[in-house]
Amino acid sequence: MAVTRNYGPRALALVAGAGLLLSGCGGAKVGETQAASDGKGGCGTVNLAINPWVGYEANAAVIAYVADKELGCTVVKKDLKEEVAWQGFGTGEVDAVVENWGHDDLKKKYIDEQKTAVSAGVTGNKGVIGWFVPPWMAEKYPDITDWKNLNKYADLFKTSESGGKGQMLDGDPSFVTNDEALVKNLDLNYKVVYAGSEAALITAFRQAEKQKTPLLGYFYDPQWFMSEVKLVKVDLPEYTEGCDADAEKVACDYPVYDLDKIVSKRFADSGSPAYQLVKNFTWTNDDQNLVAKYISEDKMSAEDAAAKWVKDNPDKVKAWLPQG
Amino acid sequence: MVALSAPVTRRFPSRTYVTGAVVVAWIALWVVLNGRDTLPLGGAQLTPLHNRLGEAADAIDANRDSNPLFLYFVNYIRLFLDAAVTFVQALISQPSFGRPVPLVGWLGVTGVATAIAHLYGNRKVAVLTAAGFASFGLLGLWEESMDTLALTLTAVALSLAAGIPLGIWAGLSDRFNRIVTPVLDFMQTMPTFVYLAPLTLFFLIGPASATVATMIYAVPPAIRLTAHGIRQTPPATLEAADSLGATGGQSLRKVRLPLAKRTIVVGINQTIMAALSMATIAALIDAPGLGKTVLKALQTLDVGTAFNAGLAIVIMAIVLDRVTSAAGRRVETVHRAGRSDRSRLRRVETAVTAAVAVMLVYLSYTYVWAAEFPGGADLGSYVRRGADAASTWAQDTLVTYTNGLKNVVTYALLNPFEALLGRSPWWLVAVVAVALALLLAGVRAAITAAVGCALLVALGLWHDSMVTLATTLVATLLVMVLGVILGVWMGRSERADRVLRPVLDAGQTMPAFVYLVPILGLFGATRFTAIIAAVVFAAPVSVKLVAEGIRGVPHTAVEAATAGGASTWQLMSKVQLPMARAGITLAASQGLIYVLSMVVVGGLVGAGALGYDVVAGFSQHQLRGKGLAAGLAIVVLGIMLDRIMRAAAARAGSPPASR
Repeated sequence: MAVTRNYGPRALALVAGAGLLLSGCGGAKVGETQAASDGKGGCGTVNLAINPWVGYEANAAVIAYVADKELGCTVVKKDLKEEVAWQGFGTGEVDAVVENWGHDDLKKKYIDEQKTAVSAGVTGNKGVIGWFVPPWMAEKYPDITDWKNLNKYADLFKTSESGGKGQMLDGDPSFVTNDEALVKNLDLNYKVVYAGSEAALITAFRQAEKQKTPLLGYFYDPQWFMSEVKLVKVDLPEYTEGCDADAEKVACDYPVYDLDKIVSKRFADSGSPAYQLVKNFTWTNDDQNLVAKYISEDKMSAEDAAAKWVKDNPDKVKAWLPQG
Repeated sequence: MVALSAPVTRRFPSRTYVTGAVVVAWIALWVVLNGRDTLPLGGAQLTPLHNRLGEAADAIDANRDSNPLFLYFVNYIRLFLDAAVTFVQALISQPSFGRPVPLVGWLGVTGVATAIAHLYGNRKVAVLTAAGFASFGLLGLWEESMDTLALTLTAVALSLAAGIPLGIWAGLSDRFNRIVTPVLDFMQTMPTFVYLAPLTLFFLIGPASATVATMIYAVPPAIRLTAHGIRQTPPATLEAADSLGATGGQSLRKVRLPLAKRTIVVGINQTIMAALSMATIAALIDAPGLGKTVLKALQTLDVGTAFNAGLAIVIMAIVLDRVTSAAGRRVETVHRAGRSDRSRLRRVETAVTAAVAVMLVYLSYTYVWAAEFPGGADLGSYVRRGADAASTWAQDTLVTYTNGLKNVVTYALLNPFEALLGRSPWWLVAVVAVALALLLAGVRAAITAAVGCALLVALGLWHDSMVTLATTLVATLLVMVLGVILGVWMGRSERADRVLRPVLDAGQTMPAFVYLVPILGLFGATRFTAIIAAVVFAAPVSVKLVAEGIRGVPHTAVEAATAGGASTWQLMSKVQLPMARAGITLAASQGLIYVLSMVVVGGLVGAGALGYDVVAGFSQHQLRGKGLAAGLAIVVLGIMLDRIMRAAAARAGSPPASR
């Protein structure tokens, strides 16, 4: 025991000594080189919802970058699915959704009924939804892009999931789909199979093109995957105003969506320059695809991607800034 | 108990015979009635119940600001939770108090964690802890890892603060135990997706909602295992305490709690694991940390980045698991050996370890190099590239074989099974279920089956439930095949154990979102992919439990058989497997529960049915009532199957004489 008694103080001294030594040659101290970073005024905090797809992130990245650099706002990004993001308008935790695909039910609830949200105009992007096949199929079976020939090819699309019929693959349930009604009303010998997520849908198309296996599925544009594999759209009976009014009886293609921006009522009334920015923001599908490509294929961070695009397009950015 | 009156020798064959007859009758009737009364419900179709459930959620939304429950109760809980998480984040993960870095940097956190592992565990886990924490930095994910750790620790601390007292209560009071058990079952089997969106109505978007979501899943093991530990106290010991005149409080503090300590530590371990397994799902409502990295990467199918972050989660889980397990073993040795912990040597060791830790914390508070993990050794980019390459290679070269495997299992096993369950009239399936439960598990199980089937019909999701049930049962079957093969191997060989265990731990803790893309590439968006995901997650538990069972077979029995000239095969099939029966049944029932907890993930990869309904309810406003109903249906399936299997196991396992 006598031995152990002496260990304590000695070991402690050793440790303390070593520590002092380390701090002696320590290096830069925390806070020494920190510049005063809070000189921003006039804008305050903007809460941007980030819905989970890359195109959305491209919009948000550019808006956030401009708001931060040009207007001095503090931008807080929140990763949320649409449904939860819209709830956030009411609770004051989300100020803006910057790419919205339709969602008439949410508009009805939050804009018309609760009056916690308002529209902030279109983004300039056109959303195309429809049925697509991988490019190798369109090449080998040129007439497959007409829906009237789909039954002829139904056998090609049989899978273990489709119960003897052709498979029509649907993706993330967040997206609007009339596919079950379409199959029924167009008398197609197909069964709608729910992949359940965008990742599943994209992986399916990627493998279909690589392995040259047949696949018919629901897809949409703008989407980053389109720049990797340019899927070919199958033409359904043309969309006419009101042809999709009754969800049970739809027998026509999806309309072209004008993607728009939604902001919280509070944010719109706040007079924040960031609101003006969100409201003025418009760009083309090509613009968005470019930024989305920076993020998805070139693996740039959202910030770097936005910085690059803003640097290359000063005129477009200038037009978004609040007057004065 | 119907069959009780029959003589023991005749009862077994006759029961098997009747069971067989029920199945044959079912198949015969199915051929005749195929497709009638199957109660299907289309993807967007709703029942009045679903609409009412959706309206109830809307009502909460509308009254949130005026309801006193919210103003005076929920809002304060939210503020408290937000403050708690933000505080821990300020300590270890986020810039705080006007500093560009958190209060304690990487060196301090690693030092403190290692010191704790050393003091409560042993030297080996201390080394593991140091290496594990360093690897977070090396993978380039220090801040994300600390965010996850902050959220996990807060949720665990609060879970234990609530769970241990409730567990003690449940351990002491039979009545409370009976009330709380189904509630815990409910909390563990209800898919998180169902309550994730509604939670943000109560607790808003942010750390509070994430903490509550995590706690709902993490509290049950703390309560269950504490109660179990308290109940295990030998009656003789309690009587002795009574006879010495100990009051209720004294015997709790001096007798029951010390004896239950080891089981409670196991509960803490399980709570930590459960909390960590929520990291990815909580990121869907903006919870900070590694889960976000995984989900972001999934958007661009970036397998490498997702794997890198998943690896950090696995490492964190293994470190926390080993440390708490070592602490549990230490509690036991200390308990056996008396109070050796108070020795002077131990005190010196404690003082030195603490001093070192404090020193490191100070350094990391003061100096930049100890605060921010130095870049340079970028292990993460190698991991990312390696995982990417492996995933691409597998998807390109293995796909022909995997496609064949998928088709064999689907056409030979899954489709017939689904046809039998899904295309029989609902009343036929219900009658068969009740009859089988009665034959195999007794009257109470039969009542459970009847109530369960009635609930599934009432929820309006009978057909989807049957499709999910077919997938679940096939997955459980595969889990048990793997469980028995690998479990026996592991139970018989120490070396196999050392090799397999880390793989099993990884399978159990790697977020499913990480490997969804490669398995989707291999098996397509199909029910079989969902089965694979479930097997990856559930098989480890079954393997471990079977191995435990095999190891639990008394040495004397094995020696006797070997001396009697039994071959290895005979030893396994005639001695070890039959004697490990209890372990194997437990493995099957746990495997089933774990498979069910992957139903929602299955919905994301093409399994359709209940899993898809839940995902759709989370994503689409008008389907939220149906999503809730689908969640309830999963709970009903889980509790029903669990109760029937347990009763059947108890009946088959206990010797006839005891009845």
